[in-house]
Amino acid sequence: MSEKELVRFKIDGLEVEAERGSMLLPVALDYGFEIPHLCHHEAVSPYGACRLCLVEVTKNGRTRMTTSCTYPVEDVIEVSTDTDQIRRARRLLLELLLARSSRAELIQRVAKEAGVTETRFKAVDDDCILCGLCERVCREVVEANAISFVNRGDRKEVAPPFWDPMACIACGACVYICPTDCIKMEEKGDERTIVRWKRTLKMQKCKSCGKPFAPLFQLNWIIDKASLPKDFYDVCPVCKQMG
Amino acid sequence: MENTQLEKILKNYQYQDFNLLAILQDIQAIENYLPRGTLEELAKRLDLPLARIYKLATFYRAFSLTPRGRHLVTVCTGTACHVRGAALILDTLERELEIKPGETTPDREYTLETVNCLGSCALAPLLIIDSKYHGKMLGTKALSLLKGEEKDVSEGS
Ligand code: SF4
Ligand code: SF4
Ligand code: FES
Ligand code: FES
Repeated sequence: MSEKELVRFKIDGLEVEAERGSMLLPVALDYGFEIPHLCHHEAVSPYGACRLCLVEVTKNGRTRMTTSCTYPVEDVIEVSTDTDQIRRARRLLLELLLARSSRAELIQRVAKEAGVTETRFKAVDDDCILCGLCERVCREVVEANAISFVNRGDRKEVAPPFWDPMACIACGACVYICPTDCIKMEEKGDERTIVRWKRTLKMQKCKSCGKPFAPLFQLNWIIDKASLPKDFYDVCPVCKQMG
Repeated sequence: MENTQLEKILKNYQYQDFNLLAILQDIQAIENYLPRGTLEELAKRLDLPLARIYKLATFYRAFSLTPRGRHLVTVCTGTACHVRGAALILDTLERELEIKPGETTPDREYTLETVNCLGSCALAPLLIIDSKYHGKMLGTKALSLLKGEEKDVSEGS
């Protein structure tokens, strides 16, 4: 067994320790510090898109603001999670987010918590905050690579290539991870639709109980990837467990 | 693009996906745009997700996913050019070519684009045809320039 290497540093005056290589944000959250964050999820790699998780890090007498989700912990640093400067920067970010996604409940809540209820920016009205969690989970966890960021500037969005969702297996991982709930999934009869990507797939019916339980395309994809026997998913996991 | 032609490009780059950008540039240079079929074939041959290729293809301004014309006509609509009448020039061109910015004429002769300030505001309003700057533009002058009838006196950038 290899001994995990620990680093020690301070957050708001409190001595903390963490494994080398971990990012600051999850460590701080574990210690109970409250840092708003919208594009971080433990299942996928950090990306630093929303910039809400700003903290001030002092190292060798120099202080700078940085996103904590992308900052690897180091010995002897001192972290401040709540300064005037951070609050000011965060309020500006939230005003921008509020302008973009004023209808998203999560954004309203996070903004309110930071004391932001109004925005001076022009409303865009898109629930997608471009956090990129969906495309990361699809790429890194599901490995379907069905969607990605496309275009740039004010036309930037997440989309399947050519808006053709041919690689989407309708697994629903993106639906689950989207913080603003703007990727919807519908199941009608034996069909499942991922609404945002316009993907509809037929579901496999369980040979035992008869209930549709997962998209056929997804099951074949898993069978292919994991070299499972062809009949591996003939019965649903529930029936399988009951044997 | 013919598969044999794509093959040649790929061979040039040893089928390495870190050369993806250069490969796309080569395709763009030959076809004047990135045809969907070619990108799909490319994804297959390099064993790359199409989503990754598409992401690059839509990120860089140098790439186009729709066919481009032989001539690129760009109207600067930056602030300086705007107050000096860029909108009128654009209107005239849209009417004459019967396309909107970002589109290409059906005969693939012209593609119309707009751009946000090229740092030559002194020449405003600015029209660029195939990377050649034409300053102090007027709608009528733009048309004759297109038809190659008039030599622009304020030419050069
Ligand atoms: S539902 Fe489709 S887009 Fe979403 S994670 Fe699964 S494969 Fe990717
Ligand atoms: S769709 Fe949801 S998860 Fe994907 S980028 Fe937009 S807000 Fe984030
Ligand atoms: S959580 Fe760190 S930038 Fe979004
Ligand atoms: S606004 Fe057209 S060149 Fe500056």
